[in-house]
Amino acid sequence: MTDRPLPRSLAGPRGSTLAAATLAALLVVGAAMVAATGTDRHAAADGAAARDLVAALALSDVALFTEGRYTRNPSLADLHSAFQDGPGSLEHFPSGSLVLAPRDLPGGRLEAREE
Amino acid sequence: MHPALERRRHLLDFAVRSLARRPTKNLGLVVVYALVVFLLASVMLFGAAIRREASTMLAQGPEITAQAMVMGRHDLARTADVEALRGLRGVRRVEPRLWGYLWDSAGAANYTLMVPPASDPARRVAKGKAVVGEGVARARKLAVGKMLFLVSPSGRFLRTTVTEILPASTALVSSDLVLLEESDFRAFFELPAGVWTDVALVVANPAEVKTVAEKASLRLPGFRFVTRADMARTAEALFSWREGLALALLAGALLAFVILAFDKASGLSAEEKREIGILKAIGWETSDVIALKLWEGGLVSGFAFLIGVVAAWGHVFLFSAGLFEPVLKGWSTLYPRLALEPSIDALELATLGVLTVVPYIAAILVPVWRTASTDPDAVMR
Amino acid sequence: MIELSGLTKVYNQGRPNQVEALRGVDLAIADGRVTVLRGPSGSGKTTLLTLIGCLARPTTGRIRIDGETVSGLPERFLTQVRRRTFGFVFQRFNLVRGLSALDNVMLPALPLGVAHRRLKEKAFALLDHFGIAERAGLAVESLSGGEAQRVAIARALINDPAVVIADEPTASLDGERVGQFIAIADELKRSGKTVLITSHDPRITRAAIVDTLVTMADGRIVEGTP
Repeated sequence: MTDRPLPRSLAGPRGSTLAAATLAALLVVGAAMVAATGTDRHAAADGAAARDLVAALALSDVALFTEGRYTRNPSLADLHSAFQDGPGSLEHFPSGSLVLAPRDLPGGRLEAREE
Repeated sequence: MHPALERRRHLLDFAVRSLARRPTKNLGLVVVYALVVFLLASVMLFGAAIRREASTMLAQGPEITAQAMVMGRHDLARTADVEALRGLRGVRRVEPRLWGYLWDSAGAANYTLMVPPASDPARRVAKGKAVVGEGVARARKLAVGKMLFLVSPSGRFLRTTVTEILPASTALVSSDLVLLEESDFRAFFELPAGVWTDVALVVANPAEVKTVAEKASLRLPGFRFVTRADMARTAEALFSWREGLALALLAGALLAFVILAFDKASGLSAEEKREIGILKAIGWETSDVIALKLWEGGLVSGFAFLIGVVAAWGHVFLFSAGLFEPVLKGWSTLYPRLALEPSIDALELATLGVLTVVPYIAAILVPVWRTASTDPDAVMR
Repeated sequence: MIELSGLTKVYNQGRPNQVEALRGVDLAIADGRVTVLRGPSGSGKTTLLTLIGCLARPTTGRIRIDGETVSGLPERFLTQVRRRTFGFVFQRFNLVRGLSALDNVMLPALPLGVAHRRLKEKAFALLDHFGIAERAGLAVESLSGGEAQRVAIARALINDPAVVIADEPTASLDGERVGQFIAIADELKRSGKTVLITSHDPRITRAAIVDTLVTMADGRIVEGTP
C-alpha cells in the first residue's frame, strides 16, 4: 500500500480532547469565581460587626422582607397578622411563600415544647 | 497508551462525534438542562447562604422577647410590666424596647424605626440625629451629614441629620433600620412616656431559658414570650424546600428531569437501533455499545450539571442573586444589598448532581441494553 | 477452514409468521479461496452468510472455524470471534450516517484500543488504496454508490480479518464498478484472504476468480457441495 501522509484537514482535535478542554475551561471559570469572592479578607471582621449589632439592638429577624410586619418580623408574628386586613384575607405577599410560617404561634401562652 | 485506556478514549471520541452529529438538538438539550440546574442550584446556594448568615447573626439575639397581647394582637408594654419582669429570678437584664414600622412615601418603602437600648451607651443616638441602614440610605439617597425628613401617619414631622450609615456587612439584619433618640421617637409616634413596644430579657443561664419563660408567663399571663430558639427556627425556615415558591420550583425541576429521563427511557429511535446493530455487526461487544451510550448521556447531563452549578455560583455570590430580586422584593421595594459569604454545601450539591445525572443515564441503559444484547442480525432486519 | 454441519435456522419459532430460512446445510469453505453462494431471493443465502459470520446463531447444527466450534459460544466470545476473523461488506453497506468515510473505516477498531494516530493513518491508507483518499473527510451520505462500497470494503479490512464476506456486492453497481469489485476480490484472494460472496448476478457467478460456486434454493444447497 502507498504511504501517503495524513492530510492536515483530517488531523483535527479528538472528541475526548475537546471534552477535556471544555471541562478544564469550566473548572477554571469556577476557580476564578471562587478566587474573586474569596479575596475579601474582611469577611471574618464583618461577621462580627453584624453579630454585635444584633446583640446591641436585640434584633430578632433578617430585614429581607419589609413589606408587612409579619414578613419583616416573622418570629414575632402572631396568629392574626397574616389575616390582619380581614378574616378572609388571603396571603398577598410573595415572601409569605418563601418563609415557612413559625410553627408555634401560641395565642398568648408559651406552650412548653420538647426541643 | 494502555489499550484499555485507549479504548475508553476512543469511545469518548466517538460519543462526542455522535453528539456533534445533531448539534442543535444536543446543544439545546444541554442548555435547557443547565437552565433547570441553574435555577435549582441558585435557590439552593442562596437559601443555604442566607440561612447560615441569619443563624450566625441572630445567635446573638435576645434570649427571650416578651410581647403584650390584646385580642390576639400586639399591645404596648407598660412600665409596670417591665418592673414585673425585672423581679424574676434568673433574668440578668430587662431591656424595654421601642421600635415600630413606618411607611415612607418619599422612599416608597417600609422602615423599621428603633431606639437603641439604654444599656449600650456606645449605640446611643443624639437628639435630632439618626443612624440609618444601607437600604434606607439608598432609598432616600442619604450620606453622613445629610438631612432625613420623616412624616408620621398622623402628620407629625421629624427632621434629623444622618450621623452614620450602618455597615454593608450588617445589611441582612439592618437594611431598613432608622435608629433615633427616644424623645424624638415618642414625639414622632405620639407615644406617652411609660409605654414600650416589647421587652427583651437577657437570661443568666442559657439552659434556664424555658423555665424563665414559663415563670414569666405565669407572672404576666397576657404576654407572649418568644425565645431565641424560636427565632433560630424562623431563620432556618427561610427559603425552606417544604413549601411555597421553593417547593414549586423543586417540583417543576424534578418534573423536568423526569421528562428528560423518560424521553430517553421510552426507547431508541429506529435510526439509533440501526446504528447499534451496525456497531454490533462490525465487531462491537454489548459492553462497548453500552459504554458508548453512557458516555453520551454522561456528557450531556454532566456538562449540564457543571454549567448550571458554576453559573448558579456566580449568580448568587458574584451578582448577589440579582435574578431573584424581583421575586424577593415583592411589595417591599427595599432589598438589602447582600454580600453573601460564599460556600458550598457539598451534600446539597451532591444531591442535585445525583438528581440530574443518574436518572438520565439510567434511563438510557434499559433500551440500549435490550437492543445491544440481541443478535445484530435481528436488529438490522 | 469453515465447516458447517446440519445447519437450520428458523425465524419466529412457534408463531404464525414462522419462517424456515435454512433446512439443513452442510458445507466446507476452504481457506484462501473465493466461494460464491448463488440462488434466488428467499433461498437462504443471506441467512447462511449471517450464520457463518457469527451475526446470528443457528437453530440447530454446528459451525466450526479452524476446528473450533463457535456456534454454541456465549455472545461475548462470539463477538470476539467475529471481530478477529470476519470483515463484512453488507448489501446496503450499513455505513453510519453523519460520520465521515474515515471515521466509518476506523469504527471496527475503536473498541480494540489501537493507538489513535496509527489507526487513523491505517484507515487513510486503506481509503487511499481504493482510490478515495480525497473523500476521506466527507460525510458518507455524500458519496456515490461505488465510493460507499469501497468505504465499506475498507472498513471490513481495518482489522486484517482472515475472511471477507460480501452480501450481494453488485446489487447497486454499474458494469464498470462490477469489474472494479471483482478486481478487489481477486486482490484479497491473492493476499491470502478467504472471500465469501452471495450473489445472483451472473457477472459475479461466472467470473474467473470464483473457485467454488454453491447454488441454494429453498433453504438447502442443491448444487456444488464439495
